[in-house]
Amino acid sequence: MLSLLIFFPLIAALVTVFSGEHAKKVALVASVAEFAFSLCFFFRFDPAAGIQFVENYSWIANLGISYHIGIDGITLLLVMLTTFLVPLIILSSFNHTYKSPGLFYGLILTMQFALVGVFCAYDGFLFYVFWELALIPIYLICLMYGGKERLRITLKFFIYTLSGSLLMLVTLIYLWLQTPGTHSFDLQALYALNLSSGHESWIFWGMFLAFAIKMPIFPFHTWQPDTYVDAPAPGTMLLSGIMLKMGVFGVMRWLLPIVPAGVAEWGNLVMILSVIGVVYASCIAWMQKDFKRLIAYSSIAHVGLISAGVFSLSFQGLHGSVIQMLCHGINVVGLFFIADMIEQRTGTRKMDELGGLRTSAPIFSTYFMIIMLASVALPLTNGFVGEFLLINGIFQYDQTMAAFAGLTIILGAVYMLNAYKKISLGEVSSLTKKFAALSITEKAVLIPIVIMIFWIGIYPKPLLDISGPAVEALKLSIQTATTLK
Amino acid sequence: MNTLLIIAGIGIFGLFSEIFRIKKTLLPVVFLGLAAALVTTILDWNTNVTYFNNMMQVDNFSLAFTAVLIGITFLWFIVSPGFFLDETSKSDHFTLILFALTGGVLLTSFNNMIMLFLGIEILSISMYILAGSNKKSLASNESAFKYFLMGSFATGFLLFGITLVYGATGSFDLDVITTQISAGNLNSSIMLLMGILLIMIAMVFKVSAAPFHFWAPDVYQGAPTVITAFMSTVVKTAALAAFFRLFAHTFTGMADVWRTILVVISATTILIGNITAVYQTNVKRMLAYSSIAHAGYMIMAIVALNTAASSALLFYAIAYSISSIASFTILLMVSNSTGNDSIGSFHGLAKKSPFLAVMTIISMLSLAGIPPTAGFFAKYYIFVAAMENYLTPLVLIAIIGSLIGVYFYFKIIIAMFREGNEKEMQFSGTYKIVLVIAGILAVALGVFPGLITGLL
Repeated sequence: MLSLLIFFPLIAALVTVFSGEHAKKVALVASVAEFAFSLCFFFRFDPAAGIQFVENYSWIANLGISYHIGIDGITLLLVMLTTFLVPLIILSSFNHTYKSPGLFYGLILTMQFALVGVFCAYDGFLFYVFWELALIPIYLICLMYGGKERLRITLKFFIYTLSGSLLMLVTLIYLWLQTPGTHSFDLQALYALNLSSGHESWIFWGMFLAFAIKMPIFPFHTWQPDTYVDAPAPGTMLLSGIMLKMGVFGVMRWLLPIVPAGVAEWGNLVMILSVIGVVYASCIAWMQKDFKRLIAYSSIAHVGLISAGVFSLSFQGLHGSVIQMLCHGINVVGLFFIADMIEQRTGTRKMDELGGLRTSAPIFSTYFMIIMLASVALPLTNGFVGEFLLINGIFQYDQTMAAFAGLTIILGAVYMLNAYKKISLGEVSSLTKKFAALSITEKAVLIPIVIMIFWIGIYPKPLLDISGPAVEALKLSIQTATTLK
Repeated sequence: MNTLLIIAGIGIFGLFSEIFRIKKTLLPVVFLGLAAALVTTILDWNTNVTYFNNMMQVDNFSLAFTAVLIGITFLWFIVSPGFFLDETSKSDHFTLILFALTGGVLLTSFNNMIMLFLGIEILSISMYILAGSNKKSLASNESAFKYFLMGSFATGFLLFGITLVYGATGSFDLDVITTQISAGNLNSSIMLLMGILLIMIAMVFKVSAAPFHFWAPDVYQGAPTVITAFMSTVVKTAALAAFFRLFAHTFTGMADVWRTILVVISATTILIGNITAVYQTNVKRMLAYSSIAHAGYMIMAIVALNTAASSALLFYAIAYSISSIASFTILLMVSNSTGNDSIGSFHGLAKKSPFLAVMTIISMLSLAGIPPTAGFFAKYYIFVAAMENYLTPLVLIAIIGSLIGVYFYFKIIIAMFREGNEKEMQFSGTYKIVLVIAGILAVALGVFPGLITGLL
């Protein structure tokens, strides 16, 4: 069953590649079907029962590699996020025409395949393969459909992320060699390892760099703004909405319980880096003139807060980061879609050249405001739930850090409201005078996003209930791993 | 054994086909013969017999590598006929290729120093001629001359080495040498030590690893591209199999002496190959440096000295050979239509021929070692074998090398997406067969590596 959920997008991708002019529709139908299919898992999931829908087959027997997949509360939410966002991302691209659409939408679906796989993998080797697989379609999307500077930027992006991944590969091989008997890559076998603390430091960095680059955490973020700006809108949405979560997820599942001593030793440094990232990226975002670039930097700030929450190792911090991954994914896709619509209608992303959208396009402006406020974490929007839990978790860890991390709410409000002011308020400029009304497909993207913003903002309990036990279990396995040493 | 006879037999048939004017039947005979040779190889599986007074030992290791060599030669014969400019001497070239393959088969199964020498010579002499087979091209002549001069030097070293080892152990037979060495009373023998080092130099030369790699870029670039494709796949695989057979089995008792040297050689080869490839603008030369770098990775299997190593080397050789033959085929098609081998000739390929572009992407990803291709698992497997034996620093260097590798392999992919070269390209279907086979194998072995890993 779960295998089908993972492989369906890949099959759909193959069909899409050969469907020529109808690729758009085929991809949309496939991704909606995938979402409906994932809903079955959502409703059949029992939060108290731990890892479910497990499939475990031997893959490469003599190397202890198995095809081991399953879903727990954390995974479920991330899989739902993926299956929810991909149809929206595909739909959001309907007002563009891409050359060879079959390939374009096929790559998006291949990407979805790899992403769902990363979240469901319970075998180290399988995880690594999906992790790398996710890189290739997004690289090709950026390479073939990106902006002017794409050739240089995408290569930097690829080599940057691959260097992290390869270090992770060596670390995984090392961990594999430490497992007893004929060696195994199984997650539980890796959790059970008893490593010396000196080794744990090395392993920590070997794994963490891969995740830190993917997220990205300051100072490993330099590839990110250029790539986000230069990638085509759907590519940016995939990168920021889902792919970024791979890094956070990797830390939670593949780092914390495996090297608790390494985390204890270096966690504080990571917390400091994360908080620096929050403040630093917020300040840079404030100075941006390009709206897309502003969102890119705001994304670094948000993910900094999430990673600080994870490394606080408190229940609220971990729980908050799971919820915030979800909310940030939804909001950032919304924001990039807004930016894309503005660019398409006015031909510019420079905020100074815009203005007065409130008068010329009131409905569009309202959607923009709602998503913007959710990103600022106004109470009753989804952003608030996550950030509240995160700052609560960081507060338990260190009050000074919480104070600095809390700046994100103020600074976020500053740069976001500033951007809103420049784009929507003020004089109507020549570019914004004739701002076309929203089309049906555009509304079909915005309305689900707005519904999710309010639903999670007002009644987050179902999501918290699903992820709660899994976060509890994660915390427990970190604790047992620590006390064993 | 039957395999050897069949291959040598069709080689001789090739010679006579010129005389008896039955050249047209040559190609079908070659295909049939190679297929038969492949079948006899597979039939011999798990038999482990020795021939010619223990001079040849046909064990699973040799059979697996023989099968790889024959398979790659088979693919090569599908590609090459269209690319020989000189129609009159076609049968000679085919004959020489078959003789080279005979030498390659000897190199995978020798159990005696004499056989090693014979194998290397049969292989090399054929290649010296083939490198210069484009008689009117100055570069081709230069390449053959250079290859011959340098190759003879290396052969000299090999002979010196064999002689010294004979002097120390009193035998050419690998079994006897192995027992003598493992008995431990030769550990301080300077004669044996020098012998092993001289043989090592010769082997390092033959697999084109640093610091004896200087011949490779010039020879690879100067030789006709079809010959380069053969050199960088079949010849390299055969030489590495011989290298492995000799050092990871016979000379293991003296590993303290040569292992460190070979680790350094492996690391420098990986770095030099990859770094120099970055600066190449000629794709053929770039692939030559890439092939040097891959020799470095494969040497990692020799220094790993454990049970996983032979299997890892086999997997790597297969993954490397199929991607390599595919990339040379692509290069042939591109350079035939644009007239040169520069990276600029790849411009606009994605638009002109999406099929070729997809195949290029697969083979470049495989050479760069990115999942889900065979190249990824090959690297992974080699790294595992090396790390099992505490060679983590070497693995880290290899990873740095791979990263640099990504840069230049992706340069080709990126070039395909640049604008330019709107001229139409004409392809015949036979090349597509090779590319499709190589592409399917590269992906299938990447997804199901278990097909190969359990063999040895």
